[in-house]
Amino acid sequence: MWAFLHRFASPRYFYNLSGRLIPWLGWFTLLLMLAGLYLGLVWAPTDYQQGDSYRIIFVHVPSAWMSMFIYVVMAVASAIMLVWKIKLADVVAQSSAVVGASFTFLALVTGSLWGKPMWGAWWVWDARLTSELILLFLYFGYMALRAAIEDRNTAARAGAVLSLVGVVNIPIIHYSVYWWNTLHQGATVTKFDAPSIDVRMLIPLLVMALAFKLYYFTTMLMSARCEVLERERNNTWVQELAEKKA
Amino acid sequence: MREFLNMGGYAFYVWTSYAIALVVLVANFIAPMRRRSELMNSIARRLRRERSR
Repeated sequence: MWAFLHRFASPRYFYNLSGRLIPWLGWFTLLLMLAGLYLGLVWAPTDYQQGDSYRIIFVHVPSAWMSMFIYVVMAVASAIMLVWKIKLADVVAQSSAVVGASFTFLALVTGSLWGKPMWGAWWVWDARLTSELILLFLYFGYMALRAAIEDRNTAARAGAVLSLVGVVNIPIIHYSVYWWNTLHQGATVTKFDAPSIDVRMLIPLLVMALAFKLYYFTTMLMSARCEVLERERNNTWVQELAEKKA
Repeated sequence: MREFLNMGGYAFYVWTSYAIALVVLVANFIAPMRRRSELMNSIARRLRRERSR
């Protein structure tokens, strides 16, 4: 097990393996996304209260889920890097930040575009919205902190500590709709009861969620490969690759 | 088709959401591809420079 982990965590092995994985992941993501779009925009029935405006859910909710999932991945990878000094874990954390911030941005913007017709306001200082905004700032803070420190190891450690401290925000986002009286609706899928949503709406939602998750893995691996190249640029295997490409 | 595009009167909100999502997702996909080819080029360039010295 340890031998396998070590081999996997070697930059060169990771670079080659992810290179073979990415095309598969990418095409599967595209396929799922097209299916999700069709199911969500055409197949799913119109909501009896919200009309067709609710179809924003199929980008809004998966984005919001991903914004939190990616943050947790970042925090776990950071912890692994701090405890076991595995550099590849740091690469994963670093490569997740931009995609994570993108999904947080999408959750906020699509939420705003849904809030305007349904609540009558683009933005309210509701606990769910505010904690999600804080998540966006955590991502920005993480990226800014890393960019501000020149020494790579110090930057990695500082970023890891920040991401671990910020992880307290994740349960706050999830439970905000119970702890406070929010305008944002409560959970309809991620609760212990059966989901209180029509199956014909739930299926496209889950397909989109899976598509977004695969999308994250695809782009994160793509960024991680670049990061590995950059960090290993003085090694012969990278130089040989570059010469072959050029 | 017209009815589909109209989204029950919510066309602006629905299509703007999907359009922004598309732009963000495509941008996040293209950025690492471009970064990789730029990196490869700069590594190769530096190697050539060192060799010719």
